[in-house]
Amino acid sequence: MSETPAPLSEADVRHVAKLARLSLNDEEVARFTEQLRTVLGHAADVESLDLEGIEPTNHPLEIVNVLRADVVAPSLDRTEVLAQAPSVVDDRFSVPKIVGDAP
Amino acid sequence: MKALDIAAQVASKERSAREVLDETFAAIDARDTEIHAFLSLQHDRAYATAASIDERIARGEPVGPLAGVPLGLKDNLCQRGETTGCASKILEGWRPPYSATAVTKIEDAGVVIVGKTNMDEFAMGSSTENSAYGPTRNPHDTSRVPGGSSGGSAASVAASMVPLALGTDTGGSIRQPAALCGVVGVKPTYGLVSRYGMIAFASSLDQIGPFANDVADAAALLEVLSGHDPMDSTSLDQPPVSLLAQLDAGVAGMKVGLCSELLAGATEEVASAVRLAGATLEAAGAEIIEVSIPELALGLSAYYLIAPAEASSNLARYDGVRYGVRVDADDVTAMNTATRTAGFGDEVKRRIMLGTYALSAGYYDAYYGQAQRVRTLIISAFARAYEKVDVLLGATTPTTAFPIGDKVGDPMAMYQSDICTIPTNLAGHPALSVPFANDASNLPIGIQLLGPALSEQKLFQAARVVEEGATK
Repeated sequence: MSETPAPLSEADVRHVAKLARLSLNDEEVARFTEQLRTVLGHAADVESLDLEGIEPTNHPLEIVNVLRADVVAPSLDRTEVLAQAPSVVDDRFSVPKIVGDAP
Repeated sequence: MKALDIAAQVASKERSAREVLDETFAAIDARDTEIHAFLSLQHDRAYATAASIDERIARGEPVGPLAGVPLGLKDNLCQRGETTGCASKILEGWRPPYSATAVTKIEDAGVVIVGKTNMDEFAMGSSTENSAYGPTRNPHDTSRVPGGSSGGSAASVAASMVPLALGTDTGGSIRQPAALCGVVGVKPTYGLVSRYGMIAFASSLDQIGPFANDVADAAALLEVLSGHDPMDSTSLDQPPVSLLAQLDAGVAGMKVGLCSELLAGATEEVASAVRLAGATLEAAGAEIIEVSIPELALGLSAYYLIAPAEASSNLARYDGVRYGVRVDADDVTAMNTATRTAGFGDEVKRRIMLGTYALSAGYYDAYYGQAQRVRTLIISAFARAYEKVDVLLGATTPTTAFPIGDKVGDPMAMYQSDICTIPTNLAGHPALSVPFANDASNLPIGIQLLGPALSEQKLFQAARVVEEGATK
């Protein structure tokens, strides 16, 4: 049995929102905290079980390293792919500044 | 109109694929303003497909088994060049550069795709109210939900706009709307249908499947969809299933487990419909055995940790870089955040945050790890049950269709409507919903048949018997 976690706090919600690249206003933080606390409260039935020795299942099929034959095949059309991107420069995806200015 | 009847008429030149399509679009024009099953229609592409089928038939060339049959495609299935947006603002206007294998297979079979159907955003929901483009209405009572997440697909068939539709089922998103709309819906064995080109929600649970007016049409569509695909590494190395040939083989000697946990929380009307369906199977020669699988009660909590965890990872790709919309900002992190904040609806944000939390340091063992162990318990419990019975019988959903707006403010109440469908997805098994009766308000009641991996043939045989005995 794992240790019972403390109830979800508004600080937790602000933290996971930041991790997930979501921006929440105060009203949303309060509402989502209450709703997620209810869901996690329901999960107490699972969280409180003693499952020592039970192997976790992460997938319904027992398959490992499925490989296809190593033969050349057509891939997606680059023009068609790039036509769907929000911003393209010189056949590449373009994004705003990632690193700061040089000192 | 039944899909197999249409295919037979088109193949025998009794009607042209073009005439069928005229009727389909006329029905959509007449009904969909009220129902809102479709997010987009594709007249030009559909008429071009129909014309090519009619020409081939005129020349005496062979056509596919579903040639000329119109179909509604869920908006999370990629179709090259046609808008595919998961009913989300973040993918608004996106046109995929490739088609899902399921889409290619049905097109090869002669199916005519007429449009993309409404859904809960990214398939997260049980009512289609989480669509960024407004809810779909239940054709049996337009003040009520059609179920979800494949609510547009279910409603498009229920309202006789199209004879077939495709949906996806991660926790019940085909079976639950099928039950609430009074149509047949099938969640196949995990890996039986390729997921290539299905926009991922929870990859270890997602599966594509058919909606139809009857069991035979659903079987015909699943035959076409099934089979190995090298583009999906989780695709089973299996030939396509054969279902129609054995469809009327009956249930003599079949052991059917009436599962008490699959009646938990069901209204008296739903529970009595399930028992009556059991009596129908018994009268046809099946043996009904009462079974209890207590572990299934843990499915709901396990699912609402596992599915959001997988979703939080899958939906990280919507960052405003490669596809969909972008909200500009000064640096890339601010752009990612602005894009995701504006592009995702509340339910998607809830699940991303729930999944991120369940996977985060300090909580992983208590939530995600525990849920994965419960998944093992559920798989083992099903395996013990299937030593005693061939298939299980239960409710698809505890209630009939609920009013629009009833559960939108209470996510946990909404999640409860998946309680009977979720265990199947956790185990990777097949299950289907068949309309069987109506409640006092004349709303459809679906019954659910479940089986072990690759038991589709038995499930369809049993479903056929249940369908024959339906009291609706």
